[in-house]
Amino acid sequence: MSNNKSYKLLQGNEACVEGALAAGMKFFAGYPITPSTEIAELSAQKLPKIGGRFIQMEDEIASMAAIIGGSLTGLKSMTATSGPGFSLMQENFGYACIAEIPCVVVNVQRAGPSTGLPTSPAQGEVMQAKWGTHGDHPVIALTPNSVQETYEMTIKAFNLAEKYRTPVILLMDETVGHMREKLTFKDESEIEIINRKKPTCAPEEYVAYRPEEDMIPPMASFGEGYRYHVTGLSHDETGFPTNNNKLAGEQVERLINKVEQNIDDFSYYDEYKMEDAEIVVLAFGGVSRSAMTAIDEMRENGIKVGMFRPITMWPVLEKQISAIADTAKEIYVAEMNYGQYFYEVDRIAGKKCPVKKIVKVTGELITPNEIIAAINGGK
Amino acid sequence: MNASEITQKYYRADKLPHIWCPGCGHGTLLNSVVRAIDKLGLNKDEVVVVSGIGCSSRAPGYLDFNTLHTTHGRALAFATGIKHANPKLHVIVIMGDGDSSAIGGNHLIHACRRNIDITAIVFNNNIYGMTGGQYSPTTPHGDFGTTAPYGNIDSTFDLCNLAQGAGATYVARGTAYHANAMDKLIEKGIQNKGFSFIEGLSLCPTYYGRKNKKGDAVKMFSFLKDSCVDKKVVEKKPELGENKVIIGELYNNPKPEYTESYQVIIDKFQK
Repeated sequence: MSNNKSYKLLQGNEACVEGALAAGMKFFAGYPITPSTEIAELSAQKLPKIGGRFIQMEDEIASMAAIIGGSLTGLKSMTATSGPGFSLMQENFGYACIAEIPCVVVNVQRAGPSTGLPTSPAQGEVMQAKWGTHGDHPVIALTPNSVQETYEMTIKAFNLAEKYRTPVILLMDETVGHMREKLTFKDESEIEIINRKKPTCAPEEYVAYRPEEDMIPPMASFGEGYRYHVTGLSHDETGFPTNNNKLAGEQVERLINKVEQNIDDFSYYDEYKMEDAEIVVLAFGGVSRSAMTAIDEMRENGIKVGMFRPITMWPVLEKQISAIADTAKEIYVAEMNYGQYFYEVDRIAGKKCPVKKIVKVTGELITPNEIIAAINGGK
Repeated sequence: MNASEITQKYYRADKLPHIWCPGCGHGTLLNSVVRAIDKLGLNKDEVVVVSGIGCSSRAPGYLDFNTLHTTHGRALAFATGIKHANPKLHVIVIMGDGDSSAIGGNHLIHACRRNIDITAIVFNNNIYGMTGGQYSPTTPHGDFGTTAPYGNIDSTFDLCNLAQGAGATYVARGTAYHANAMDKLIEKGIQNKGFSFIEGLSLCPTYYGRKNKKGDAVKMFSFLKDSCVDKKVVEKKPELGENKVIIGELYNNPKPEYTESYQVIIDKFQK
């Protein structure tokens, strides 16, 4: 079967839906917003054909709520939005974190703040993805830079959500969402699918939020006979609210640790011409494509430059970024915002080598020439 | 089934006593919910009770079903996801007045409009109790709250009119005093294949009552008794409805249900 590849020319947004369906998505709730709308449209078209369910909600607050509800019944669930909608989703995103509900939230970033520049590309929600909802909480966010990678990372997003019982953000940008490229579909046998752990005990023995050794509690679906309680209040292992400060603190620590201590399991990144690179461009999503062109040109002029491209944005790939700083003479963080991920990179690498910004907030992709100019200007 | 058998069967006894103040009407309304479920003989494993935030929202925690305590105002949006994802489940939503009609007003009208098979019950105590007595969309005009120290100048929502106007197919109003009638209204609401909206007039002696000099819980229960009259009575003798709150079944007009309509689409693709 592996020779029987199927190909299609698709948008990033379309590839996201293909990936979601390949991962087992059965439920989608959303609200129209450019530049993510194709994800909702294609989900509306495809889900009923496989017995899945789509619903257009009254806003993004409700969309996020509905996918949590869908996931609680056992269906793999997703929503998709852009900046303004992502802001509205933050409230219930935090609910999914504390109640440990697997789901996937796609944000196809456009230029902000507020309504901003609909719908020009941006990467302005790098920090919001991590800190958008109130309180300390775990976040997994993945950023693809191509149509193919969008397909593959959407599958991984579902797998990570299921494995770690946590919402996972697919942090796209308009460039990747609306770009058309060849997508090579994977054969079913090539796709790894992870499903949430279910309880194996009898219902009367089920302690809904008692973590196993991997820090993750098995999750029963509503309707299966395990009648349990779910709340956004700090709760003990029974799932019922507690005002015990020690237990509340332990809960937050476990939620964060179950994700961050497993970072090696999902440290996705790419390196481009890094073998002998003295100058490193750290770029992600759409900008990384400009960076590669810039690097090719600079290499022709004998400049030893390469790119490190995090795909896993959150938690930050500290180990890898720190290792780069051991050999690099300088690092440039190129991002379509006013400098967000820069602060993470500077925190990790700044004591070892200079870390500089290449930023742009005009609603346009950073061009290869702008990257070259910034690096040459630094000479 | 007597009261203690009902408690044994449907309550999580280890979670009692509840947090509600002495004299609060919520416990009485919750008992009506449980008796209606019992009367209908629903399988406990297939019942989901969802709530938002506020005094009313603590209700599901006491009940031995699949229970979901969500965020303020959003209960119906979570419930919509549950019902749409698994239409076999009986989804019952318990909300407060501010919860359902202020912060959750948009979700309420759209749940009504979809006519999705959810039974929404509002425990209306005319005040934000959990936060200490601020005026809500159902605080009567002119009454007092901690944020209406000079009298409430807002107009008051008629939640049943709102629900009917938005498309709910079963609309009823009961009270914590008229418990037997309330049982039946909820029972019929659950049976309605579509969105059912039931307003349960509750009372809050602690905040609303004290702030508005309404007397103790007994006096407030008596007020519920005296100020409400059933729609059927008024239909025969309209003069009895003057200056009264009309209770009973207010609207019952079945229409195609949301998840069933969606199933028709799914079935088209099943060869």
